[in-house]
Amino acid sequence: MTTRITVNDQSYETDATPDTPLLWVLRDELGLTGTKFGCGVASCGACTVHVAGEAVRSCQVRLGDLWGDVTTIEGLADTPLAALQSAWMRYQVAQCGYCQSGQIMQAAALLSENPAPDDPEIDAAMGGNLCRCGTYSAIRAAIQDAATDMARGGGAG
Amino acid sequence: MSRLGKITRRSLLAGVVAVAGGAAFGVYQIRKPVANPLDPGAGATLNPYVIIDQQGIAIIVPRAEMGQGVHTTLAALVAEELDADWTTIRVLHGPPAAAYYNAALAHGALPVADYRMRDWQRSLTAGIGAATKLLGLQVTGGSTSTVDAYERMRLAGATAREMLKSVAAERLGISAATLNTRDGRVIAPDGQEIDYRDLAEAAATRAVPRVALRPPAEWRLLGRSLPRSDMQAKVTGQAQYSTDIVLPGLKFATVRMVPYLGGGMAGFNAAPALALPGVEQVLDLGTGIAVIARNTFAAIKGAEAVEIDWTPSDLPPDTAAMFDQIARAFDEAPNSRMRDQGKPDDITGQLDAEYSVPFLAHATMEPMGATAWLQDGHLTLWVGNQAPREHLKVAAAAAGLAEDAVTLHTPFLGGGFGRRVETDVTWQAARIASLVPGTPIRLTWSREEDMRHDFYRPAAIARMRGAVEDGRATLFDAQIAAPSVTRAAIGRLTGRALGGPDKGHVEGAFDQPYAIPNYRVAGHLADLDVPIGFWRAVGNSFNGFFHESFIDELAHAAGRDPLAFRLDHVGPESPVAAGVLEAVRAVSDWDTPLPETTARGVAMTWSFGTPTAVVIELKREARQIRIARAFIACDPGRVLDPAIVRSQMESGLIYGLSAALSGEITFTDGRADQGNFPEYDGLRMFNTPRIEVAILQNNPHMGGVGEPGTPPAMPALANALFALTGQRVRSLPLIHHADFIL
Repeated sequence: MTTRITVNDQSYETDATPDTPLLWVLRDELGLTGTKFGCGVASCGACTVHVAGEAVRSCQVRLGDLWGDVTTIEGLADTPLAALQSAWMRYQVAQCGYCQSGQIMQAAALLSENPAPDDPEIDAAMGGNLCRCGTYSAIRAAIQDAATDMARGGGAG
Repeated sequence: MSRLGKITRRSLLAGVVAVAGGAAFGVYQIRKPVANPLDPGAGATLNPYVIIDQQGIAIIVPRAEMGQGVHTTLAALVAEELDADWTTIRVLHGPPAAAYYNAALAHGALPVADYRMRDWQRSLTAGIGAATKLLGLQVTGGSTSTVDAYERMRLAGATAREMLKSVAAERLGISAATLNTRDGRVIAPDGQEIDYRDLAEAAATRAVPRVALRPPAEWRLLGRSLPRSDMQAKVTGQAQYSTDIVLPGLKFATVRMVPYLGGGMAGFNAAPALALPGVEQVLDLGTGIAVIARNTFAAIKGAEAVEIDWTPSDLPPDTAAMFDQIARAFDEAPNSRMRDQGKPDDITGQLDAEYSVPFLAHATMEPMGATAWLQDGHLTLWVGNQAPREHLKVAAAAAGLAEDAVTLHTPFLGGGFGRRVETDVTWQAARIASLVPGTPIRLTWSREEDMRHDFYRPAAIARMRGAVEDGRATLFDAQIAAPSVTRAAIGRLTGRALGGPDKGHVEGAFDQPYAIPNYRVAGHLADLDVPIGFWRAVGNSFNGFFHESFIDELAHAAGRDPLAFRLDHVGPESPVAAGVLEAVRAVSDWDTPLPETTARGVAMTWSFGTPTAVVIELKREARQIRIARAFIACDPGRVLDPAIVRSQMESGLIYGLSAALSGEITFTDGRADQGNFPEYDGLRMFNTPRIEVAILQNNPHMGGVGEPGTPPAMPALANALFALTGQRVRSLPLIHHADFIL
C-alpha cells in the first residue's frame, strides 16, 4: 500500500506499512536524517517534528495516522521560525548536537503558539526534551533571544 | 623528597616501563618523526594536520567531536599559526593513524598527585608520552585533547606557514622574512598576495623548518570564544552521526544480545521474525542475533519477535549480592596505598562512615550505532568512536579481513562520555556487513539494548575513618573498594593485562590537595565481572563523592564552616586550589546568610589537572526540594576558548548532578533493570539549576575541562542536602532519601 505524505513542502510516496512510526519513515525510507532517534518511547524529544504545525514525537506517530503536513529540521530554514536557528548560532548552543534538532523543533512550536514566553513557560514547554550534554541554559537564552528577534520582525535571517 | 612521600624514583621508573608495555624504547625511536597518513588525492598535505586543495584549507583534528568542542579548539591551534581564515576552513577528523597518538594520556600514569607533580616528573611524563606514540593510542578521553595538542598542532600550523612562505619567497625572488601571512594568503611587502592554494603543492615538498611559536600576546584566535566549527551543521540537521550515512541500497539492522551480562545463547528460532513485514534476514552473532530489514522499525520489531534460548551468566544474581562481592575486597590486602602520611593507625577515629555509589550507564543521547559496507573485499565503516585504531583492528578481525582492507570514518558522536572507546558495536557492524557482502547496513541499537549492554561506571564502597581537633582534621583514613575500570577497559583496549597499583581506582581520593597530618587512602580491587568502563571522570566520579562528603562531615564535626574548613587545609598545600575555593566563595555569595528554606553545600575536586569547586544552593518549594543555583570555579590554567570551557563546566556539572540525583543501574538475575529514560533520566531544563561559572587562569599547568565539572557536583549536592535537612546521605542516588523536583 502506498502512502503519500508531504514533508517540508515536498510530496513523497512510501510503501512502508501504516504502523511504521513517522520517525523511521523520515530517516530510513525518505533519507531525512536530521530527525533523531533517542528512546522510541516519547521520553527524550530527539525525534520532535511538526505535524500541521504542532510539535509531535515522531516515534509515536504512525504513518497511517498522519493528519497533516510534516516539517522537519531540514525544512525549518524556509520558515520564519528559522530565527531560532540563528539564535542557536549566536548562543553557540549545541555540544554533541544530537538532541538539538528536536530541541529546536520543540522551541519552534512554542514560539508559534506563544511569541513571548517567560521562563516558566519555556521550562514547561521544553521539559520533554532531554539533553545529556546539559545545554539547557544556552537553549533558554536562545529561545528568549529568538522571540525578541521575531517580535522585532526578524525571522528568516 | 619528603613531598614525594613514599613514592621512590625507582617506582616512578617502573611506572614508565609499565606504560610502555614492558619494552624499553630508545630515544631514536621515540624522536623519529611520524609518517603522514593523509593522502588527499587532489591537493597537497603539508603535515598530518593540514591539507590544502582547491577548496581551501582543511585542518585535521584527529580527536572525536562528542560535544566537547575539540573540532573548534584544536583546529584553532593550527589556524592560529597558519594564519588561516577561520570562517572558511574545513575541519576533518582524519583517518586512524599512529601519527595521532595521544601523548597526554601518559601524564596520568605516574603514581603522583597532579597538584604535587615536580618539573622533573612532568618531563618524565613527556618521555612516556612519546612512548605512547609507539603504542599508537589515538584515544579521545581523559580530558587530554587540548593539553596533548597544544604544542603539536600549533607547530603543525607554524611549520606549514613557513613552508608556504618559502615557496612564495622563491617565486617573488625576495626573502621569506619580509613576507606576511593572513587569511590563507602570503602577502609581500609591495602588497602582492598569493593564495596558499597556489603554493601548497610546492610547499608540501619542502623540508620541515624549525619555527618558534608565537607568544600568546600575538594570538588572534586562541584565547577567544570562537564560533564552533560544528555549529551550523548541528542546528540545521546536516551534521552526520554514525547512523546518518545514506548509501545506495542501504538496509537497516538492529541487534538483540544476551541480556545476562557475560551469558550466552544456546539457540534461536527466527521464524516469527521472518514472518513480519519488512524483515529480511536474521543473523547469528554468537551471543545474540542481528535482524536486517527494510527499515529500523521493522528490524527492532523483528528482533523482539525472535525466540531465543539464552544461557545465564556467572554474575552474582542481583545488586545486593554484587555489593556483597565488592565489600569482600576489604578483607584482602589493598592494591594500593597511594597516600600514606603520618600514623593513621595510632589515631582513634571519632567518625566512622560507610559510603556507596551505584553502577551508572552512560546514556549518550545517540544510542550505539554504526554504518558498514563490505564491497569487493574492502570494508568501509562509519562509527562514532573514541579510539579509531582499536576500532579498526576489531572491525578487521570481525570481518576476517586484513587491517588495510578496512577504512574507518569517525563522524560526529552523539555523546561519548567514555562509552565509545568500547568496540562492541563496531565488531557487530563489521560482522553483519561481512555476512551480507555488497549490501551496506545501518546498525541502530534500541535504547533498551544500549542501556542494558553498557560498560557501566562501577559501583563502589568506601569505609572512612576521621578525627578532628581544635577545628582541624587530624585523621582522614579511607578504604575504597570497587572493580577496576583501569584493568577492565585498558585490558580490552590494548589486549594487555595491567598490574601494579591502580591509580585510576583511587583518583579523586588519594590526590587531593589537603594538608592533613594522618592521611591515608587504600584501594581494594573487587573481583566482579560486571562489564565496566570509562565514564565521565571515572574514578574521580565516585572518589570525589566519598572524599568531599567526608571532608564535609569532618568540618561539621569540628564545628566549622565547610568552606573555611577546606580553605584552612587546602591553603598550605596548593594556592591554586585555594584560589578556586575563594572564587566560588565570592561568586556564590557564600558568606551571606540564607533564609531557612534555602541552603548551600560546597565541594572541591582536583581532577584531570584542573581544580574545580562547586557550590550548590537548594531551596524548599512546597514539600519538594529544588536545585536552585549552582556556582563553579575552575582553574585549568591557560584558557584557549572561554565559551567552550564554560559550556564544558556546565555540562560536567549537569552530568554529575543527574547521576547523583537519580542515576542507578541495578541488576536482577544478572540483567540490568533499567532500559530507557523513564527509569534512568537526566536533569531536564525545569530542574536544572541556574549556573554561574568563574574561570581562573592561575594554574601554571594546563588542565582538562571535559570532566572536572562532574566529580565535585555530586558531593556539593549531598552536602547542600545536609545543610538544608540535617540528613547526611552516604549513598547515591539521592532520590531514595529526599523529595527533589523531578
